[in-house]
Amino acid sequence: MEADAAKLLGAGLAAIGVGMAALGVGNVFGSFLESALRNPAAADSQQGRLFIGFAAAELLGLLAFVVAMILLFVA
Amino acid sequence: MAEESGKIDPMHQFLVEPIFGRDWAIAGESIAFTNSAMWMGAALLVLWAFMLGGMKRELVPGRWQAAVEGFTGFVTSMMDQNVGPAGRKYVPYVFSLFMFILAANLLGMLPVALVGVHPFTVTSHLTVTGVLALLSFSLVLIIGFAKHGFHFFSLFVPHGVKGFMAVVLFPIELISFLMRPFSLALRLFVAMTAGHILMKVLAGFVINGLNAEALWVAPVVAIPSFILMIGITVLELLVCAIQAYVFALLTSLYLNDAINLH
Repeated sequence: MEADAAKLLGAGLAAIGVGMAALGVGNVFGSFLESALRNPAAADSQQGRLFIGFAAAELLGLLAFVVAMILLFVA
Repeated sequence: MAEESGKIDPMHQFLVEPIFGRDWAIAGESIAFTNSAMWMGAALLVLWAFMLGGMKRELVPGRWQAAVEGFTGFVTSMMDQNVGPAGRKYVPYVFSLFMFILAANLLGMLPVALVGVHPFTVTSHLTVTGVLALLSFSLVLIIGFAKHGFHFFSLFVPHGVKGFMAVVLFPIELISFLMRPFSLALRLFVAMTAGHILMKVLAGFVINGLNAEALWVAPVVAIPSFILMIGITVLELLVCAIQAYVFALLTSLYLNDAINLH
């Protein structure tokens, strides 16, 4: 396989990681909403933790994006 | 490689160009006034005007003062929740950080290209976000060591862990602590870069679709892309706010570690 083709394939494969992060972020907000609807009074106090979980899940997807960008433009 | 995917180059928007002072240099390194510096200055000016307009301390706050108080109250309550009373001292730092990132993010979203100015998102560069993250990280280190001395290292041994497990966990916790500035900087930088590339790619679909020779391309490709782009723009505005909030929130959590240890 040519090196350029392999790079493009690798960048495309890195997009899987971004999709997985989408699952993670959806899971964070989904679980939050589910439990917030059960106990709305406690929901506001947990907003900080919601965003910490969101940030952690998002970061890994962003790292996959960085890998794709490095493959496309740097490597 | 970017030129192959169409006439519109989505990476061009991140180019740092000198505006004036091309010949200014210190020890061979150029210190020209770039578009990046200009947009940072613009963010500062906007913030300055915003804060000055709202700090008249009227007894009955007008709309403007209510907006400024909303922001200050938001950051103050975040620090109170996450750090406690000892965090009040560091509210100005976290507030400036939050407002600067928010203003820089939002200014990069402005459609000023309509009047011929190239919009530039300051926070889409790792150098800028890296310096912001290093500021937060070094503040945590300075506060931690000044307050607790070498007792600060107990941060890396979780509560109730003794003996052999402490030896195992110490390097893991240390590495995760040292990764903090990278994760802080990368998150903001990549979120802004990815969003802006996505918007430019979609804009390329719209423009190339409208200019296409085959007539069916415009209604099938360009118009749906344009509608999608409106939605993505709104999403990007949300991301701007969320990323600024997350940066401030994580900074406050790290400050909490340094101030209260566990």
